Amino acid sequence: MTTPVIELRGATKRFPAAGGGTHTAVRELTLTVEPGEFVAVVGPTGCGKSTTLSLVSGLEPASSGEVLVRGTPVRQIPTGVGYMFQSDAILPWRSVLDNVAAGPRYRGVTKREARQQAHAWVERVGLAGFARYYPHQLSGGMRKRVALAQTLVNEPEILLMDEPFSALDVQTRALMQDELLRLWAGTGAAVVFVTHDLEEAIALADTVVVMTASPATVKDTFRVPLDRPRDVEEVRLTPAFLEIYREVWESLRTEVAKAREEASRVG
Amino acid sequence: MSVDTQSTVDTQPSGDTVVRRRRTRRGLVWLVRVAAVVVWLVSWELSARYWIDPFYYSMPSKIAGRLVDWFTKGTAFGSIWTQIAVTLEEAVLGFVIGAIAGVVLGIVLGRSRFLADVAAPFIKAANAVPRIVLASLFIIWFGLGMSSKVATAMVLVFFAVFFNAFQGAREVDRNLIDNARILGASRLSLLRTIVVPSATSWIFASLHSAFGFALIGAVVGEFTGADKGLGLLINNAQGTFDAAGIYAGMIITTVLALGAEWLISTAEKRLLRWRPPAAGADAQI
Repeated sequence: MTTPVIELRGATKRFPAAGGGTHTAVRELTLTVEPGEFVAVVGPTGCGKSTTLSLVSGLEPASSGEVLVRGTPVRQIPTGVGYMFQSDAILPWRSVLDNVAAGPRYRGVTKREARQQAHAWVERVGLAGFARYYPHQLSGGMRKRVALAQTLVNEPEILLMDEPFSALDVQTRALMQDELLRLWAGTGAAVVFVTHDLEEAIALADTVVVMTASPATVKDTFRVPLDRPRDVEEVRLTPAFLEIYREVWESLRTEVAKAREEASRVG
Repeated sequence: MSVDTQSTVDTQPSGDTVVRRRRTRRGLVWLVRVAAVVVWLVSWELSARYWIDPFYYSMPSKIAGRLVDWFTKGTAFGSIWTQIAVTLEEAVLGFVIGAIAGVVLGIVLGRSRFLADVAAPFIKAANAVPRIVLASLFIIWFGLGMSSKVATAMVLVFFAVFFNAFQGAREVDRNLIDNARILGASRLSLLRTIVVPSATSWIFASLHSAFGFALIGAVVGEFTGADKGLGLLINNAQGTFDAAGIYAGMIITTVLALGAEWLISTAEKRLLRWRPPAAGADAQI
């Protein structure tokens, strides 16, 4: 039996709440991710899905329970982790090429070497003609490509993605999803992809994890019986997709309803 | 695309016309500016000749004469170029030292909550001191030479730059920091590649006014006691009821400040190339 790359055992995260007291974002979360597995985490908006990623990345320590990466407890940022954030996190004062070269530079690679690596990735994400552009000169989709190249150039074994495409229009989103699958296919990296879009989750993942409304914990886990390689726009129309969609939605809908009720009570 | 442009050609002015219109507009702006200056100078000159006492208010021709005098024959304290060089050196030294100290301390305190909490009341108190008074203290400490003026300029510049650097270092996007940490940045590279660049636009915003403060510091320092410099010239003109001399000194100082402002703007444009062009950049003052 192989060791899972990510293992959460009863992980709980509490934050100090705005009006005093504590807010529990994640409660008793147990989840394992195998090497090379693509896991999508879905749940109602604002339920604490992102917190799960920050626990795995080591940006936030767990309040209780265990978080293991490759069998060792997370104390700082583990090696081999890539993280794509929901909002733009690329450096506005660096060109596309230098943004992508940032990771290797931070890891002590020489400038020349880092630029070479970056160049290859800039081409791979389809931005060859834009290497010298600054982020503000690019469209939202292109900036996501830069972020993707910036993350992948470090060749992560674990790729954490926090609703990375949620800000894009529908067509660009589908394009980026295809692009992600294409780039991921060769890497053998494990992916944890957080989203509130169930269609996106099923189209991309091997496993879909449904989270409960806040505080988040795992409600159900589903295997996605769809073959790879997939074309995300085509696969949505297959009977197998619709069947699994119905199954997962059955589990998710009650949580979405709960979250809505919660929101209307607070609001 | 080509169909698009063709259809708009008929309804909108072509590129050529737009460029020509803009040029005419700019010409007009300059014409009105020059006219305003001419009207102002001529009316001042005329009223000084016929109505008001030029002994108190001086007049353009006298001021011009004084400037020509200074530049051709020299001042009461030697060549005008020496005075300019001395004041400029004081201002530039004070500016550089004050700006560096402000940036370094601002960024350090901006990134360390603990130090900022400790230092907050002291900095507030120091900022409340009317700093120009320090010029007198510095004369006692450092004497009549250049260092007392440098110190005055430095203190004025420091606070202007410090607060902006502090704010800039505090408001670094949390996302950028997290992203860089995940990518493998050490604490030092975080500071170098994320914090300093994102504070740069804040810092530059303060540098524009900071050089003005440096000049004020140098001139006031010279007022308080000096053996060279533009402040001395102005102070001497005041002592001899020479209004034209005061105006002439003012004009030279203004030209210096404008020159420095131009240099800083050029440096800013180069360093902050990555910024999207600001909306309404034409109408800047």
